[in-house]
Amino acid sequence: MFRFIVRRLLQMVLTFFGATFLVYALMFAAQSDPIQALVGERPITDSQRAALTERYHLNDSFLQQYWYYVKGLLTGDLGTSLTGRRISDMLADAWPVTLRLSLMAIIFAATIAIVAGVVSGIRRGSIFDNATLFVTLIVLAMPIVVLAPLAQLIFGIKLGWFPPTAGRDATLYQLLLPAAVLASLVVATELRVTRASVAENMRADYVRTARAKALTRSRVIGVHVLRNSLIPVVTLIGVDIGGLMSGAIVTEKVFNIPGVGFNLFRGIRTEDGPLVVGFVSFLVIVFLVVNLLVDLLYAVLDPRIRYE
Amino acid sequence: MTGVTDIRAQIDALPGLDPRAPLLHVEDLHVEFRTRDGVAKAVNGASFHLSAGETLAILGESGCGKSVTAQAVMGILDTPPAHITNGTVRYRGVDLLGLSEQERRKVRANRIAMIFQDALSALNPVYTVGFQLGELFRKHRGLSRKDAKRRAVESLDQVRIPAAGQRINDYPHQFSGGMRQRVMIAMALALDPEVLIADEPTTALDVTVQAQIMRLLAELQRQRTMGLILITHDMGVVADVADRVSVMYAGKVVEEAPVYDIYGRPAHPYTQALLASIPRLDLKGRPLNVIRGLPPALTDIPSGCAFHPRCGYAREICRQEQPPAYRIAPHRESRCHFIREVLGV
Repeated sequence: MFRFIVRRLLQMVLTFFGATFLVYALMFAAQSDPIQALVGERPITDSQRAALTERYHLNDSFLQQYWYYVKGLLTGDLGTSLTGRRISDMLADAWPVTLRLSLMAIIFAATIAIVAGVVSGIRRGSIFDNATLFVTLIVLAMPIVVLAPLAQLIFGIKLGWFPPTAGRDATLYQLLLPAAVLASLVVATELRVTRASVAENMRADYVRTARAKALTRSRVIGVHVLRNSLIPVVTLIGVDIGGLMSGAIVTEKVFNIPGVGFNLFRGIRTEDGPLVVGFVSFLVIVFLVVNLLVDLLYAVLDPRIRYE
Repeated sequence: MTGVTDIRAQIDALPGLDPRAPLLHVEDLHVEFRTRDGVAKAVNGASFHLSAGETLAILGESGCGKSVTAQAVMGILDTPPAHITNGTVRYRGVDLLGLSEQERRKVRANRIAMIFQDALSALNPVYTVGFQLGELFRKHRGLSRKDAKRRAVESLDQVRIPAAGQRINDYPHQFSGGMRQRVMIAMALALDPEVLIADEPTTALDVTVQAQIMRLLAELQRQRTMGLILITHDMGVVADVADRVSVMYAGKVVEEAPVYDIYGRPAHPYTQALLASIPRLDLKGRPLNVIRGLPPALTDIPSGCAFHPRCGYAREICRQEQPPAYRIAPHRESRCHFIREVLGV
């Protein structure tokens, strides 16, 4: 187990450098004149331009600039955004909001997916099973750019059940609607995977054995089938957590939630290279850590997997 | 709600229980599977009985309804698609098919237990062997986790798994095939059943391990004077351990006889053909005898005697009429119109 973790950590280092390098290179290639972007519409003198070029190492080669950047990262300095704010401060503001939103979303999604998935997996072909199939198809087919404004319009404005927007210090209640919209991104797949997994396990030989042991039906399903069925579902949920935590650009924009996705969107639009690269670097780390945790959880759930 | 500790007293209170009645009596059992593709008649009148301490072998090709019969006796068929359309299964006089699922569960595992063919898939991969054994003591005897674990170790000791105290914490995949089947046996015998149904218990094992497992089963059976139903297609295993043999074909018992008579004087053409197809050393170099044709599809069983398309004795009557069970001697029956010819008398 220890060796597995060490190996995974080394892999994470490689992935981290690969991902940040790619993002940095893309930003580098996309920016035309970062100094003009920095000062905006105002004219700029040659001496100011020279000073800024010096300060941001803009005359150095790409690799040198990347090196300065990594050096900053490793010393905990994500750099400064073109707006003048320190990126670590911006992250400290945005991240808790996104974290809360994504955790709520994943709790919604996982609860619905597992409960409904188990029921339809046990009662394949029933009315409930067909109804969930129908609903999940609709949810799958509906893109978030449609679903988010639609939910905002119907539940937030027309019916007025929920606040239509959530600000920076949003309460849990204000986050309900955006979290539900975000959950719809992942709930359908999670539900279908749960259903398929339960249905498959219900036919397994060990279920017959459990029944031959005269265990009650609830114990056969709740103890024997469930643990086996959840193995693929947990992996999927883990990957989804990683995805949701790395920001929900559309949802945060629509509901005006100043989270990671919201800032990232603004950074891309204003060609704020340091901001984008800084945020993405952080998200890469989050994603990698979550995936490591999922892999470890996988070993706990399925003893056949040995990390040696 | 009644406690789980007095389950044995509850079994004694089952309607019609008579300690002097035959241990297990199956009469004219019919099971069919209703699927979208049609009705598959898996068991079409299986009858047999079993006494304490006796070994009955149920012999037949794959798909002849052996396993379905066993699962119907256990009450673990999936309904739907499986439906028991006729017949009775009596345990000491209690009509099991008439019991509620709740009452049925008291008999299952406590009185009639079963072991399966492939222990690797029959054991739950994500729980330790100790958990899966201990569960029986906790749920049926009301023992605490600690006591259940102690009993689980004892159970593993009984089937001679070395270092049972440590192996209790292992998962099924950490055992060898033979050891896994021992775990399966320990699990089936944990609650001291009177009837053990072994569904091809050695098919998935090496020949040497097969012999060990069969010896272990025979020994445990002797210690407990337990009735054993051995489901198999292996004539060699049958000759070694069985007292009586029921030969099944297309969901029906076509011949029933003491094991000695089956080998000495088979009374049904199918049994004859099965015996003739055993490879023999003195016939080395010559082609093996095989039964020509295939067993019938269970959705389309031939009229009359189901074996007639493959039978050398078949005549017109075999296509028309189902042969009744002819009694040849005490405990010997055969369903063939031309039984005299088959026996050569």
